[in-house]
Formats: sequence, structure tokens, C-alpha cells
Amino acid sequence: MTPAAPGGGRFAPRLKARRRAGVRFRWLCRLAAAFGVASLVVLLASILVDGLPALSFEFLASYPSRFPERAGIRSAILGSAWMLALVAAMSFPLGVGAALYLEEYAPRNRFTSLLKTNIANLASVPSIVYGIVGLAVFVRFLALERSLLAGAATLSLLVLPIVNIAAREAIRAVPDSLREAAYALGATRWQTIRHHVLPAAMPGILSGTILGLSRAGGETAPLLIIGALTFIAFDPISPMDPFTALPIQIFNWTTDPHGEFHALAAGAIVVLLGVLLMMNAAAILIRNRYER
Amino acid sequence: MAPDAVLETVGLGVRYGEARVIGDISLTIRQKRVVAFIGPSGCGKSTLLRCFNRMNDLVPTVRVTGQVLFRGRDLYAPDVEPADVRRAIGMVFQKPNPFPKSIFENVAFGLRINGFQDDIGDRVEASLRAAALWDEVSHRLEADALGLSAGQQQRLCIARALAVEPEVLLMDEPASALDPIATGRIEDLIGDLRGDYTIVIVTHNMQQAARISDDTAFLYMGDLVEYKETQRLFTNPEDERTEAYITGRRG
Repeated sequence: MTPAAPGGGRFAPRLKARRRAGVRFRWLCRLAAAFGVASLVVLLASILVDGLPALSFEFLASYPSRFPERAGIRSAILGSAWMLALVAAMSFPLGVGAALYLEEYAPRNRFTSLLKTNIANLASVPSIVYGIVGLAVFVRFLALERSLLAGAATLSLLVLPIVNIAAREAIRAVPDSLREAAYALGATRWQTIRHHVLPAAMPGILSGTILGLSRAGGETAPLLIIGALTFIAFDPISPMDPFTALPIQIFNWTTDPHGEFHALAAGAIVVLLGVLLMMNAAAILIRNRYER
Repeated sequence: MAPDAVLETVGLGVRYGEARVIGDISLTIRQKRVVAFIGPSGCGKSTLLRCFNRMNDLVPTVRVTGQVLFRGRDLYAPDVEPADVRRAIGMVFQKPNPFPKSIFENVAFGLRINGFQDDIGDRVEASLRAAALWDEVSHRLEADALGLSAGQQQRLCIARALAVEPEVLLMDEPASALDPIATGRIEDLIGDLRGDYTIVIVTHNMQQAARISDDTAFLYMGDLVEYKETQRLFTNPEDERTEAYITGRRG
């Protein structure tokens, strides 16, 4: 106790009790954080234990088969690669273009703010709903059948709001002083966007796009709905080919009633998880690298 | 209209949404003079400055009434291209805002976008010399402009503005983010540019206005209170609001 504390006897600081409350709370927070880390470790460990033995070059290079010892994920990997490339090609220009329009060109009125709210809503629509839309519009109405293109278009719908929101945030984060600097030299709006706004926003746009793509890479439900659940024993070579994808193959194998394919499913999960983690790491890397 | 008038406002009013920022200002800025706008915060001096290069267009809710004439031509006429206005009437901002590119590219950008036909390197050098920056950066033109000191960045911004050969240079408190030494160099630079350009400078530093300007306009709550030769305004203000402000009794 400090002698002659200021304030006379009108304060009862109870410092020890206050400090104890602080320590207790710090431990609660630590526990909450540990829970997240522990569940990730357990999940990864169990997948690796089940899946690593299944991994081999043959597993990656073989088509699916009725015989577990000969089955592989070649067509699923190729299907997923095709899918991601097509989704990127569709969602990047549309998502970024719409973001540029909303942030740089459109007037700020009730209509555009309604638009922005609804894009945020779209980002939280369950993915299976996009599958139903894709089935009705792309597979049936546009008669794309169960092609890579139909699947990629469906997943693009799902990814577009994510790309759009990430791109808009990145564009908004570009300081107005930069735009003013360009305008003041006689730059037109397009010159300002092309030379200053887009380059400054690009790291954020790219990392947001990669996160959106990694979401598309792991989606299963919409592809099941549009009917991608097929046994594919050849390499897809055009966007109009039928396809399978890693999550579909995993789903296919885990539903096997005899359990013979469960180890293969675990192996495919390791591959899918590896790809998605790498994509997320790339997104984080891009973000950190360009953050000043 | 005076024969040597470069810029002239006629009954100029500006509103942001419902808020009236500038009431009804008519003034003439004469060729190759250094004109200072002074007045307390919120008096409309920056808004007035931004009418001269249509920078206010970027504020979504802005409404401009009256006329702004540049050599007799209405800058707000429908057939006027804002980008064209801004090349002829350059601007330097309160906070140095170089592009996150090399020193060279900062100056070259305006030349490129405006289709400059001569040698860009020569013009960049001339602009950096005119902005009294060449000796400090000539050996590192490819270095990132953001690595320069704040004062150097501001002189780079001035070089960038001069590169596209404007007739008028608008300066919005160009030294208020700088230390006294860097401020002094900017003021020296303005002295060097005097006679070659018409310069309109907003400042909240009255000593600065007195030191560097030929004419001074005192604005108060969106109105032009007094506008005359700097020396006369500071020694013999006619309006009591001007006197209260420049003597530091009010503002």
C-alpha cells in the first residue's frame, strides 16, 4: 500500500483483485484461441494419418476405377484446374469491372447503394442455391449440358460477389489524393483509373480473387446439383467436356458403402487441402508484399 | 474586364448539398501576379481555388453557379473539357501527393497522358530544375518518389505541375505540412516562378501571404471581404473584419 495515497480515504483501489480479474480474462482469451488451433491440428492430423498412405504418383496420375488399388484422381485434378481457370477468366473481369463502375463511375444515389447492399446479400446466399440457378440457366436453358463451362459459370456466380466486394474495398482504399494528383495534371477518368487507381488497388484485388477462387475450388454442392457427379475416365480437353472435380471425387468416394474407397477419399482431401492452403498462402503473400 | 485578367469570377456561388460554401464572389486575377487567398478555416478559400481548375467536379454533391472565366472563356460551359482546363491551370495540394512511382515517372506522367511530342527526358529535367529539385535528384531519377523528404516531395509535385506547361498554378496551402526550412524553400521557389506564371495560393499563414504575394484576398464565411494589393491590405485594411483577422484579434 502506498502511503498517503492522493484522494484521502475516498478511494478503495483494490489493485490486487483488479489485477487478478485481468489475469483471469487473459486466460479465457488464450483458451479460446487454443481451441481454434487445437481443432485445426486435430483435423489436419487425422486427415494426414488417413490420407498420406494413399498418396503416390499413381494415385495422382490414374483415372478413377472400380478397383480401389487402381483408382486415382487424374481427371479430378484436371477438372478442378480447368474449373478454376474458367472461373478466374469469368469472375475477374466481371467482378473487377463492376467494382470499378460502382466505385469510380456510378453516381452515389439510392439505387447504387441498394445495388451494393444486394451484392453483399448475394455473397451470403447458400451455395446450393447457385447450383439450382446454374442447373436451370446454364445446363438446361442455355443447353450447356453438364460441361465444364456450365460448372464454371455456376461457380462464377458464387465467386462474383466475393471478388466484387474485395475489389471495391481495394479501390476504396486508394487515397483520393492520388486521384486528385492525376486529375490535376489533365488526366481523364480512364487515364486516372488505368495508371493509378488500378495499380494501387491490384494487390487487394488479386488476393481477394484468389480467396474467391479457393472458395470455388472447394465447393461441392452446386456442382452436385448441376450433375457433375460422373465417372470420368478421360482428360477433359475442352470447356464443353463433362467433368469431375476434386470435391466431387471426394464426395463420390466417401459415399461408398463398403468403405474400400475411404482411404482414397482421405488422400484426395489431402491434395485438395494442399492446393487450397497454397492458394490462400499466395493471397496472403501478395497482400503482405504490397502493403506499405 | 481588365486587359491583363487571366481568371475572373462573376457572381460565383458554390454549394455542397444544402450547405452554402461560397456566396457571390466576383474577382479578377491579373496575369503573372502572385495572389494569396487568406481567411479562417471554412471561409471557402480552398473551394474558391478549386473552382479555377474544376476540381470541385469530383465532389458528388457540388453545385456551382455564376461564371468562372479563363481568358474570357467560361470554364463551366458545356463544351469545356475539364481535363483540358486542368492542364492549362495546374494545381499543387496541401499534402505532398507524389505518385508511388519513380521521380522521373512522376514528372513524365503528365507529359505522356497529354501526348507531349518533344523529348520527355529534356522536359523532365527542365521541370525539375524549374522546381529547384534537379541538383538533389539528378543522380537518382529512377528512385521511388516516396523516398524523398516531404519538402522534396512537394517540390516534385510542383515540378510535375510545371511539366505540362500550365499558365496558372493553383497552390492549396502548399507548405502547411512542411517544417520551416522546407517551407522557406517553397516560398523561395514561388519567388523564382513569379513573373513566369500566374500563381494563386491559399494560405492560413498571414506572414507567408505578406511575404510572397502581390495581391491578397480576404475571405470570410464564403464572402470576399477585401481584395487588393498585399501591402495595402496588410497596412491599411478597410473592413474591420479584415483588420480583426490580420491583427490576430479574431480568426
